[in-house]
Amino acid sequence: MKIAIASGKGGTGKSTVAANLACVLSRSRDVVLVDCDVEEPNLHLFFPGSAVDVPVTTPVPEIDPARCTFCGECGKFCRFGALSVLKDRVLVFPELCHSCGGCSQVCPQGAVREVPRTVGRVACSCPIPRLTLISGVLNEGEVQAPAVIRAAKMLAQGHPLTLYDASPGIACPVIETLEGSDACVLVTESTPFGLHDLRLAADVAERVGVPAGVLINRSDGRDEATLDFCRERGLPVLMTIPFSREIAAVQNRGGLICRDLPGWEERFAGLFDAIVKIAGVSP
Amino acid sequence: MIVGITARATGTDAPVEQRFGRAPYFVFVDTETGKSESVENPLVDAAGGVGPRAVQMLAEHGAAVLITGQVGGNAARALEAGGIKAYAYRGSGSVADALAEHAAGTLEPLSLS
Repeated sequence: MKIAIASGKGGTGKSTVAANLACVLSRSRDVVLVDCDVEEPNLHLFFPGSAVDVPVTTPVPEIDPARCTFCGECGKFCRFGALSVLKDRVLVFPELCHSCGGCSQVCPQGAVREVPRTVGRVACSCPIPRLTLISGVLNEGEVQAPAVIRAAKMLAQGHPLTLYDASPGIACPVIETLEGSDACVLVTESTPFGLHDLRLAADVAERVGVPAGVLINRSDGRDEATLDFCRERGLPVLMTIPFSREIAAVQNRGGLICRDLPGWEERFAGLFDAIVKIAGVSP
Repeated sequence: MIVGITARATGTDAPVEQRFGRAPYFVFVDTETGKSESVENPLVDAAGGVGPRAVQMLAEHGAAVLITGQVGGNAARALEAGGIKAYAYRGSGSVADALAEHAAGTLEPLSLS
């Protein structure tokens, strides 16, 4: 089973939920936790340990000057501006390339060859028994987050139970993370900002076709607007975590509330049961 | 010599546009004949990478000089490689005003690095 943890809004507690859920599950079974927030992965802060790095490459064009006639077809085709055809040379801007391969298809001279370029890496570690952590890391200045997310998810393939920690937002990286998931936990907070972005994230999960439930974090007990929205949309509320100084203190030193505070191991086990229910597949 | 100027509309009376890659129009003026050609910029709403693609348009029109407000890093690299000299016009005048200033030699070259 594959479970995605997403939110729309940043800072709602996706990683907190993913880390605690993974830790609790690892006590009874093998679990893989994939950090798909490749622009700022941070699950390793909860689970320190030595990692093995696998580079992630994407194909980018290389021009054969002996064959190129500067006809300009590749430059006209590239909607990302990765190729500039000038009168006596072709400039390649590899960091603008989205690796669609179109330039090599349209070149009438066969002058465009694709060469691999490293855009990030995937770090694999086994920080605690029965837990494998796979973190996607996008290099600074790069745009191809989905390529790194794909690679991280691929390395987790074949495991019976996988958690995907998504990035905030609702664009390509989140869609890439949600693809192929059996269920999605939407982490929100009961503020106007949390609700606004929850709406967007719920729409994305629905469009991708992943059954979703909501987790309200840092609740001050006045969650009516969020609860109304969930009722309206038929989204089950899977768990509510109260606003608490004690929880924040554990979190802020990189601790896990399921390990450090009484009662939370059971509550995260209950969260898993609720997720299994919405996924409609056997765990 | 052909000079390309970023503009907000067609013709040499149009106000100069400060942005390069997302300028609504490029006005190309042949300084020998005085003839001008206005080209609508198809990159106005493009997602990204507009700088190098706009330089490619300049090269296709045979421009040796660009007059605009400012350019980004990728565009600068392409302009340099393409041997197109870029000058800054930060006034609020027309394409014709910018051309006159260029002819008078009062425009500063745009720093491309």
